[in-house]
Amino acid sequence: MGNELPSLFYSFHFYLFGLVALASAIVFVTRKSPVAAAMWLVVTMFALAALYVLLDAQFVGVMQVLVYAGAIMVVFLFVIMLLNLGHPSELADMRGKWARFAAAFLGLALLAEILALSRTTLDLRLRVSPVPPSATATGGIIGSVAGPLFREYLLAFELTSVLLIAAIVGAVVLARKKG
Amino acid sequence: MLAESLALSAALFAIGVVGVLTRKNAIIIFMSVELMLNAVNLSFVAFSKLYGATGQVFVIFVMTVAAAEAAVGLAIIIAIFRHKKTVNLENINLLRG
Repeated sequence: MGNELPSLFYSFHFYLFGLVALASAIVFVTRKSPVAAAMWLVVTMFALAALYVLLDAQFVGVMQVLVYAGAIMVVFLFVIMLLNLGHPSELADMRGKWARFAAAFLGLALLAEILALSRTTLDLRLRVSPVPPSATATGGIIGSVAGPLFREYLLAFELTSVLLIAAIVGAVVLARKKG
Repeated sequence: MLAESLALSAALFAIGVVGVLTRKNAIIIFMSVELMLNAVNLSFVAFSKLYGATGQVFVIFVMTVAAAEAAVGLAIIIAIFRHKKTVNLENINLLRG
């Protein structure tokens, strides 16, 4: 893309998937049924995957579809259906009127704060020189991600395996039936 | 497209916060947390377009931690459901005086 203006095709799809993500996220927090909420969250995650591809992060987009939409959300749906949470007594789960007003106010305040921060201090404090596109393109789409992952962040990468083992053992122990 | 991505990320994060604050179903609160993680991932990817692929590496770490967190959290929810027969946070008030 470079510094020139993005093409109409690019902008159209960027805004399209952005609006899909935003709308499905709003629908997600307002659904009563957990299953419907989970399905709308899957829509949000697919739209975000499309945005990742548009932002030149194709590998992350694929991981988003496989790991988030494919694995994590399936586990959520599995638990919802295992616990049989669709019945009416569980559906009325919204908090009271005042709590909802407070939550909406807090959410709007947070949104305004983050937007204000991204407008002002970002250009001043994050003055890192942008990497030219040619430097990031070495090794292709996956190579540009794999390079730092297996060089600078090798220790963190190895530690995530310990984290995953701990999570697996913890999940098995926690969900096991007693006795 | 950086400004638009960051604005969308902020909006998704705020929606996730509202979801955590307004719902009482533990699983929906948990999914709202996942939405907040996704919003942060979007900022990482948007910055990685400008400052190199390190942001994408962090997104992969965030996804790994989110997967681990989902496994443990859902196991906790299942364990609570066995005891209380509900996942409504109104009824899970053992620490309330």
